[in-house]
Amino acid sequence: MNERFKEELLMQGHLACQGCGATVVMRHCLNALGSNTIVVIPACCWTIIAGQFPYSALKAPILHTAFETSGAAASGIRAALDVQGKTDTQVLAFAGDGGTFDIGLQSLSGAAERNEDIIYVCYDNEAYMNTGIQRSSATPEMAWTTTTPETHPKIGPKKNMMQILAAHKSPYCATANVAWPQDLTEKVKKAASIKGTKFLHVLSPCPPGWKISSEKSIEVARLATHANIFPIYEIFNGERYHINVHPKKVSVSDYLKAQGRFKHLSDEEIAHIQQRADYEWKILLQREMTDSYHMNMPV
Amino acid sequence: MKKVLMGNHAASWAVKLARVQMIAAYPITPQTQIVEELSEMCGSGELKAKFLKVESEHSAMASCIAASTTGVRAFTATSANGLALMHELLHWASGARLPLVMVNVNRAMAPGWNIWADQGDSLSQRDTGWMQLYVEDNQEVLDTVLQAYTIAEKTLLPVMVCYDAFFLSHTYEPVEIPDQKTVDAWLPAHKREHILDPKNPRAFNALVMPDVYLEMRYKLEQAHEYGKTLVKEVGASFKETFGRSYSSIETIMCEDADIVLITSSSTTSPARLVLNKLRKKGMKVGLMKIRLFRPFPSEDVREALSGKQKAVVIDRNMSFGKGGIFADEIRGAISNDRKAPLVYGYVAGLGGRDITPDLVEEIVVEAYQSEEPKSLAVWKGLKP
Repeated sequence: MNERFKEELLMQGHLACQGCGATVVMRHCLNALGSNTIVVIPACCWTIIAGQFPYSALKAPILHTAFETSGAAASGIRAALDVQGKTDTQVLAFAGDGGTFDIGLQSLSGAAERNEDIIYVCYDNEAYMNTGIQRSSATPEMAWTTTTPETHPKIGPKKNMMQILAAHKSPYCATANVAWPQDLTEKVKKAASIKGTKFLHVLSPCPPGWKISSEKSIEVARLATHANIFPIYEIFNGERYHINVHPKKVSVSDYLKAQGRFKHLSDEEIAHIQQRADYEWKILLQREMTDSYHMNMPV
Repeated sequence: MKKVLMGNHAASWAVKLARVQMIAAYPITPQTQIVEELSEMCGSGELKAKFLKVESEHSAMASCIAASTTGVRAFTATSANGLALMHELLHWASGARLPLVMVNVNRAMAPGWNIWADQGDSLSQRDTGWMQLYVEDNQEVLDTVLQAYTIAEKTLLPVMVCYDAFFLSHTYEPVEIPDQKTVDAWLPAHKREHILDPKNPRAFNALVMPDVYLEMRYKLEQAHEYGKTLVKEVGASFKETFGRSYSSIETIMCEDADIVLITSSSTTSPARLVLNKLRKKGMKVGLMKIRLFRPFPSEDVREALSGKQKAVVIDRNMSFGKGGIFADEIRGAISNDRKAPLVYGYVAGLGGRDITPDLVEEIVVEAYQSEEPKSLAVWKGLKP
């Protein structure tokens, strides 16, 4: 895989756990963008992974910023680069699900509404993993976390961030999965070629948080897409949908039972999750078949 | 060139003259006209800056921090609740050692909603590591914003320029606007070594362990110590070029005074009137205006007050459970001086209540005639 990249920009000696999906996501994003990139990292696992002062695991400049500020900080860098004529430098905001779905949603929405020329990558490990596995609004329904113990598991479905970004009419939004690294790389390159706010939502397994063995990380992530729990698709201008990976339609049960965080689920609860996955998949298929407003505009 | 400007537009003019490259702001009364004027200046091209219309003050400060880390000159302005919302990032800006300049138009904190003058907003940010200057008139607004960039870029500390809502922000006064060439020569483009640069990649604000954090904070404090002398040096250099003199404190008729009245911001103006009146009556009164609040000019204050009988401080702010904040700082500054005066703390004018010359006179006369202070903070102008 190395030969596809001009340069390897994530160095040895980073501080990630074994089997960490977030590290794979960063490697592919940064290598796809190349070294003329400034990386914005809010409070998240990557605050640690990047290394402690005075070291850095990235061969790209990093601005570590406050938890809720990725969208605003990336906007500030973009503005400062543009005013200096450095328009060819890419700005990559790289945040976890807590920093994207929850505390950072406002500044991301602000940046997306202004259509700032940035690439925002959310590596989604589906909980506050850095602080020790607390639920976020990206945590799947019924999942165990330390703040949603088995006696009262997480209520309600995972927030649909792609729909929120689509509602901003962002020029390019895409989901991706560490199990499809080539797809991720191509999407990052596509994002770099489009002007405006680009949003990538990448499923990123966390072995301790998902209670899986570290060597199962990619395997479990792949099941998420094949079970229609995490479909891989793109949205252009918030309207035109394109599904990139057609799932093998394995049951959600295969995905859920591979992880300790779902081991308390009853058959009825699994059936409920299956129903919702089926429904969401149908909606996605319908959206893919619907013409966009842009397509119907006279040229 | 002389123009009649409101305090807020004096700030906008200074930002333009400083050739600020990036502005991020969110509207809040009574600050808004600063950034409205800057929007016009950016729109017309007379100011070549990027203006980010962000969705909150928190994001305004976050964007300015990020922009400043690339090495550009950045600016924002706010008031009251907007400043409070920035609180986390105020620590961030000083900890990251960024030469940001922000105007805070002093406004009362809610609730109840009150848009009028009160220093409680910026004074409650006193421990965030920002330098703070409190100014008295519109000319000083323009001059201090220009000086703030020089001070910030030499200390690598963020600087907050504070002035009172409406008494300055919305009041029109004649303001001398220096020409661009003179400002360019006095305030050249800012360059520093450590910036976000893909050709020389560095990680900013990374994880630090207890083995270096203490030293980082010590360096921050050393920068504040340097700031104390630098404010005076920059004030003197400003006088050489522009003819107007500034320092950390201003003392008027203090040499032979027994009792020194101490004020800040717009409260100083009625105090000047009262000073002349009481002197004519034969009272040996002096006036001290405190312009620099952080770093606190303790040495200057101690020296000016040493040997005086009484210091009378008027605070348009309150640290609840303690007293007026300037009075408290002054007590701290003079505490090890054996010849220190008694300190009379008065709290008045919160939430925009007028501090009239009559009220100032009443306060000075009361302190003059009393043996010792009744309490750490005497509230004046309270309705029965």
